[in-house]
Amino acid sequence: MSKGGGYRSIALIGVLMLAALSVAPIASGQGQTVLRFIPQADLRILDPITTTAYITRNHGYMVYDTLFAMDAKFQVQPQMVDKYELSSDKLTYTFTLRDGLKFHDGQPVRSADCIASIERWAKRDALGQKLAEATDSWKAVDDKTFTLKLKKPFPLTLEALAKPSSNVPFIMPERIAKTDASTNITDATGSGPFKFVKEEWVPGSKVVYVKNKDYVPRKEPPSWAAGGKVAKVDRIEWIYIPDSATAAAAINAGEVDWWEQMPPDLIPVLAKNKNVKVENIDPLGSMGLLRFNFLYPPFNNQKMRQALLYAIDQNDYVLGIAGDAKNGHPCYSYFTCGTPLASEVGAEPMKGKRDFEKAKQLIKESGYKGEKIVIIDATDQPIVHSQSLLTLEVLRKLGLNAEVQAGDWGTLITRRSSKEPIDKGGWSIFHTWLVGPDVTSPAVNFAVRGNGQKAWFGWPEDAKIEELREAWFAATDPASSKKAAAAVQQRAFEFVPYVPTAQFILPTAYRTNLSGVIIAPMTLMWNVEKH
Amino acid sequence: MIAYVVRRLFSTVVVMAVVAFVVFSLLYLTPGDPAAVIAGDIATSEDIQRIHQRLGLDDPFLVQFGRWAGALAHGDLGTSIFTNLPVAQLIGQRVEPTLSLTLCTLVVAIAVAVPLGVVAAAKAGTWFDRAVMAFSVLGFSVPVFVLAYILIFTFAVALDWLPVQGYRSIHEGFWPWLRHLILPSIALGTVYVALIARMTRASMLDVLAQDYVRTAQAKGLAPDQVLLGHALKNAAVPIMTIIGIGVALLISGAIVTETVFALPGIGRLTVDAILRRDYPIIQGVTLIFSAIYVLVNLAVDLSYAFFDPRIRY
Repeated sequence: MSKGGGYRSIALIGVLMLAALSVAPIASGQGQTVLRFIPQADLRILDPITTTAYITRNHGYMVYDTLFAMDAKFQVQPQMVDKYELSSDKLTYTFTLRDGLKFHDGQPVRSADCIASIERWAKRDALGQKLAEATDSWKAVDDKTFTLKLKKPFPLTLEALAKPSSNVPFIMPERIAKTDASTNITDATGSGPFKFVKEEWVPGSKVVYVKNKDYVPRKEPPSWAAGGKVAKVDRIEWIYIPDSATAAAAINAGEVDWWEQMPPDLIPVLAKNKNVKVENIDPLGSMGLLRFNFLYPPFNNQKMRQALLYAIDQNDYVLGIAGDAKNGHPCYSYFTCGTPLASEVGAEPMKGKRDFEKAKQLIKESGYKGEKIVIIDATDQPIVHSQSLLTLEVLRKLGLNAEVQAGDWGTLITRRSSKEPIDKGGWSIFHTWLVGPDVTSPAVNFAVRGNGQKAWFGWPEDAKIEELREAWFAATDPASSKKAAAAVQQRAFEFVPYVPTAQFILPTAYRTNLSGVIIAPMTLMWNVEKH
Repeated sequence: MIAYVVRRLFSTVVVMAVVAFVVFSLLYLTPGDPAAVIAGDIATSEDIQRIHQRLGLDDPFLVQFGRWAGALAHGDLGTSIFTNLPVAQLIGQRVEPTLSLTLCTLVVAIAVAVPLGVVAAAKAGTWFDRAVMAFSVLGFSVPVFVLAYILIFTFAVALDWLPVQGYRSIHEGFWPWLRHLILPSIALGTVYVALIARMTRASMLDVLAQDYVRTAQAKGLAPDQVLLGHALKNAAVPIMTIIGIGVALLISGAIVTETVFALPGIGRLTVDAILRRDYPIIQGVTLIFSAIYVLVNLAVDLSYAFFDPRIRY
């Protein structure tokens, strides 16, 4: 063999291996308007009912439609429903679907599809479960008309059917909606403005949607998830770029059109580019929170929890999370500031100059004996990590025996479900955040509940807060609803199921050749044009 | 030789079985619960428990291992816990980008490093030799992600010559495919250029000091003939060893490069699976990697016989 033959062999093997690749050609989208979008996370689960992940909720808005939707004025508007009636005894709703509604497989949307979808959703969603408790029966009158018969009046019926965030009551074909509510569906056939292209889905990298040409939008202008959902691009590619510096370079270079959520430190980098617009399109933002473990000392003691209300400065958390006071502000409310039920009732301990002396006095009164406090942290989640470090500093200033135990998000969400004491892998505090729509009322703010072992991680038990929450459900008009919510909040600031830490915004960035981006607390992609 | 190859292939099966058991055991012991990830942030303990039961994660270790090993024996790598897609399909989607990146990096590394090493050895002690060695030190020292960002900023953002990120299948054309691999290959290949160039130089210097090289020179052979025809072939065994190790490391070591350049390769698939505790994918990828390592080692061992006729199997 001649010299260098070894290298030629390697090269030949390489060429042969490449030639043997049998991956199907990928549709290029040539000749079409293609919107390239960097989502906040990788889409892994297609089922918006089995998971509450926001990326799956956003996927749901692409492919599914809803019976009702909430608009920017917090008013419920019909979406798939053409008209509806409520009987005079307030026990029977009759819904009639709009004409021309079709699923992506060409089948018409029928009453049976709507009923099966709502019943599946109601098995998983907390507000859906409340609706199910009040429901006597769902009945299809014909293919376009169906009724909901209630056992007792449920004033939040339409609000439940228009729930804007996880879990959203999306409508699916009956054959899919009959799937067990704990089993992930894998068929994303919906009736929404875009169709999911499963053949081009590369989990961890790319999701492709194409315009649903059969979709019949409403005539009204879009307002949050209500109004006309007019798809104005032919194809949308969600390109997941895990590295934020690369994502910034990609939008700067024009390789992508829209970056859903950018870290605050990259805002100045993109703001310099005149072809990129950095904007806040989320009117409600997100709410940071500090959650206690109520099962063990020291935070099974109410005075210990109250002590933190006097010591935590939300301004620090705004800066820690959002990087700039322009991207957030304190919110001394258990309900999203800027929404109808928000108030500062009972929030005095959190406001004004921080009172460490009062906090220390409460700690003394609690009988704290130096028990170890473990804050579980996820260093791969900057919003969690920054809050953890700030809380650690506060606890140490108060003279508490605290430490941060760092891991990744996957470890945190596993560990927080542990009901064991600290020496057996338990925890005392964790931080997370919830999007604004998930904290707007006692119905959706699950973290404010006190239903013990059935509550969210931390398992607080408080009969009074549960009683006040039930009273809120019974409120029949906006004024009494606000009053009842204020009572829930008053009790929450006494009982302290968690500490609200900040309201903040993660801005979006898009190329200036895009227009029509909808201002809403969820990322919605209809109405967006690419010039 | 054939008996040797068969023996080695059989040992591959044994190695893979051991790897399968060890990996399964480690994952079983590792903290983290895919059910918690699936359920999302707004889940309750009851939700997680329900998903746990559905996935069979409550079963004893041996039951879970037996179920997985039984499916594996039938060629089934399982199904992703999250996407519900077959693991084989997910790996299949990712093979092309990783293979392409590996091949391009290897081509870049060999095409640059071997000539550099040979010439540096031939001109040992000169400025060229020192420059090659200085480059080698730099190549080792600069982290891949730093070099990647410098390349992206320079060639993709400032000059707009090449794409920042992404991958195009070779089915979409050779040039689109190559354009998306140039920067990642340089970023990933630099460390291998440094490694192979140093090894080539050292090996060549050793061979050039041998008597038979002096004899060839005394016979009046042209310097190029001595260098390439006599010295390089005899210096090839250690070079092939380091290239073989490099290939194995490249396949798994491409994780950072794939992440920075958003290449949908096997490295990223693995990291994503680890972060969300998608056990079937982690197990599947680990098995494939272990098989590749063993086979690459076998190929390198066989190549010794080609370069050095004294070696027999």
